[in-house]
Amino acid sequence: MVIARSGSKRWISAADTAARKLGLKVGMPASKAQAMVANLQMVDADPLADGAAIERLALWALRRYSPVVAVDGVDGIVMDTEGADHLQGGEELLISGIVNGLRGRGLTARAAVADSWGAAHALARLTSAETVVVPRGDVTKAVIGLPIHCLRLGPDTIRALRVLGVETVGELSALPQAPLTLRFGSEVGRRLDQLFGRLAEPIEPLRTPELVEVARNFQEPIGAAETIAKYVRRLVAQLTAKLEERGLGVRRSDLIIHRVDNTRQCLRAGLAKPVRDPAQLVKLLCDRIEKIDPGFGIERLVLVAVIAEPLEEKQVTSALVEEEVVDVTPLVDILGNRGQRLYRIAPLASDVPERSIQRIGPTAIETGAHWAAKWPRPSRLLPYPEEIETMAVLPDQPPVVLTWRGKRRRIVRADGPERIFGEWWLRPREMQAVRDYFVVEDEQGERLWVFRAGDGVDIGTGSHKWFLHGIFG
Amino acid sequence: MSHAQTSRVVEELRDRIAHLEGSVSRKALILPFGVPDIDERLPGGGLAYGALHEVAGGGSGTVDGAAAALFAAGIAARSKGKVLWCLTRPDLFAPALSQAGLHPDRVIYCEADREEDVLASMEEGLSFGGLAAVVGELVRLPMTASRRLQLAAEKTGTMGLVVRRWRRQTEASDYGQPTASTTRWRISVLPSEALPVAGVGRARWLAELMRVKAGECAEFELGACDAKGRVHLLPVSADGSDTSAWRRSRAG
Repeated sequence: MVIARSGSKRWISAADTAARKLGLKVGMPASKAQAMVANLQMVDADPLADGAAIERLALWALRRYSPVVAVDGVDGIVMDTEGADHLQGGEELLISGIVNGLRGRGLTARAAVADSWGAAHALARLTSAETVVVPRGDVTKAVIGLPIHCLRLGPDTIRALRVLGVETVGELSALPQAPLTLRFGSEVGRRLDQLFGRLAEPIEPLRTPELVEVARNFQEPIGAAETIAKYVRRLVAQLTAKLEERGLGVRRSDLIIHRVDNTRQCLRAGLAKPVRDPAQLVKLLCDRIEKIDPGFGIERLVLVAVIAEPLEEKQVTSALVEEEVVDVTPLVDILGNRGQRLYRIAPLASDVPERSIQRIGPTAIETGAHWAAKWPRPSRLLPYPEEIETMAVLPDQPPVVLTWRGKRRRIVRADGPERIFGEWWLRPREMQAVRDYFVVEDEQGERLWVFRAGDGVDIGTGSHKWFLHGIFG
Repeated sequence: MSHAQTSRVVEELRDRIAHLEGSVSRKALILPFGVPDIDERLPGGGLAYGALHEVAGGGSGTVDGAAAALFAAGIAARSKGKVLWCLTRPDLFAPALSQAGLHPDRVIYCEADREEDVLASMEEGLSFGGLAAVVGELVRLPMTASRRLQLAAEKTGTMGLVVRRWRRQTEASDYGQPTASTTRWRISVLPSEALPVAGVGRARWLAELMRVKAGECAEFELGACDAKGRVHLLPVSADGSDTSAWRRSRAG
């Protein structure tokens, strides 16, 4: 439990799960808590250290998740996910990824995605679910029932509104605005408008002195794709020049587009390894220019190297003798930034076919490893083995007839069995499991990979049902 | 005009046309099958780099595309360099490609949710220039898209291979539609090579060269890709009766 003090007043500013179970609440006087629970462990609050920690978290989020990240209040981080969520597979996956990432670091977090900063702020703090995604345009429905203390108003205003009998956002927004403004100032109306997204509330992104940033202001707003491309090219040239001074290469760069109507868009481009080649960066950024909606015009372009890593100059060996090795990372970067899943498949030491492959990064180190099995493997492997009807002699004969997806086939030739044992050293349930694989060929010449669960004698080794697992070419 | 003179004139004209098309420098870039009977049917003596080639399966292979994928893998395996394999359905089993000579380190998979993304990725891969081949698994290949791919391939000299596979066998009639690809193949499975003992021998394919620019259609009975991705021509032989039975059943 954390205790904050102001003058001689001491109250609870944070409590962990165990303390909350005992009935302690945030905002309760410390003496009352001590009276309720004996041997209470109390720590003095340190707002400065908290602020520094939240800023470190915000920087982490800036590097990983979104180009526009800022500290929100004293206990939160706000980020603009537009233009960045597709890299994580959508908003849902993005925020669950954030929450899981923080949990891995021993922190409990709740996250919400909504159209406006105000709504996301309120939902993240007030709903019980770990992650909330409000669909576009549904903000009103989502926030109407929330209590008014989520509105980022001063405590005095909240108290006064409660005295008036206003408890929820819905009730507050139903009141006439003019008397409210007269009594409480313009703050209430502004916060309400920000909550419903009627008033733009730009996020001022967090920046540190290490970040390399170049910007360009336009006297006349620009909008045409060619013009944007031209200025992106110039910005990239400036950025790479700056990076060269420091001996750095970009790993992740953000293009932030300020429009005249005070809204902002971002393009984020990630790279598989540090790069300082202007042409490659320009290609990555210009590849998605069509995603930019210039609206009434763009008045400012900012290009930031969010993650920069040391990049040393290298001497290129003469290509006269040696075979040229092509670096595919530029292609990987282009396709990856479009949201395609890129991977290589590497062997994994497992006899079970579906576990013998693993996906690795497209630019992972080449090991030269092969699959050890000398038995033929099918070129198509079904996602799950499909059960088939067969006629076969137990214990070790291949099927004579099999029916798969409603088609009956007479088996002319067969090879097998190739016996595969369960991996009991990894999964205790597979202690006795056995699969007998056969390559079978029907009258038409189609070659299929079928297996029988179990060894054909002992029912403990499998159900003795037949499955089709792959198709040979 | 004598025959020799005519051929000389024709030769000269050909040279000039080739010069206009700007393909002189690429003339030598051909990937031969290493099987003389196939190579002599193809202009230039093999599959052209910097061109688009289409492969589809026959029979139930139109849906699973197992043999077609292996045929494409064999071609890619014989080229040198990295291969980009674009797909939407990740049911390709990499050990089989490895057995066809395409080492797992050489293949970068690019999985997309939509067909259009596969086309875009293929075009990007073809115009990148550093790859040996770009393989794409597609249901539909409209004329415009195929022309874009063909042009991208021509520009860089990367080989484009399209494995066509459909959702249903009946949709395969789509394969008759014209595209800009240089060759078009259909690979159907044949009963495997007979062994003196019980068992499944080396797989055999019926490879139909359905369309080839500046060439004639042909049919070959092939032994499937070996561990280096090479196919071989079967001696028209021993169990001829076997294939004819197979043909009858297909026709009937």
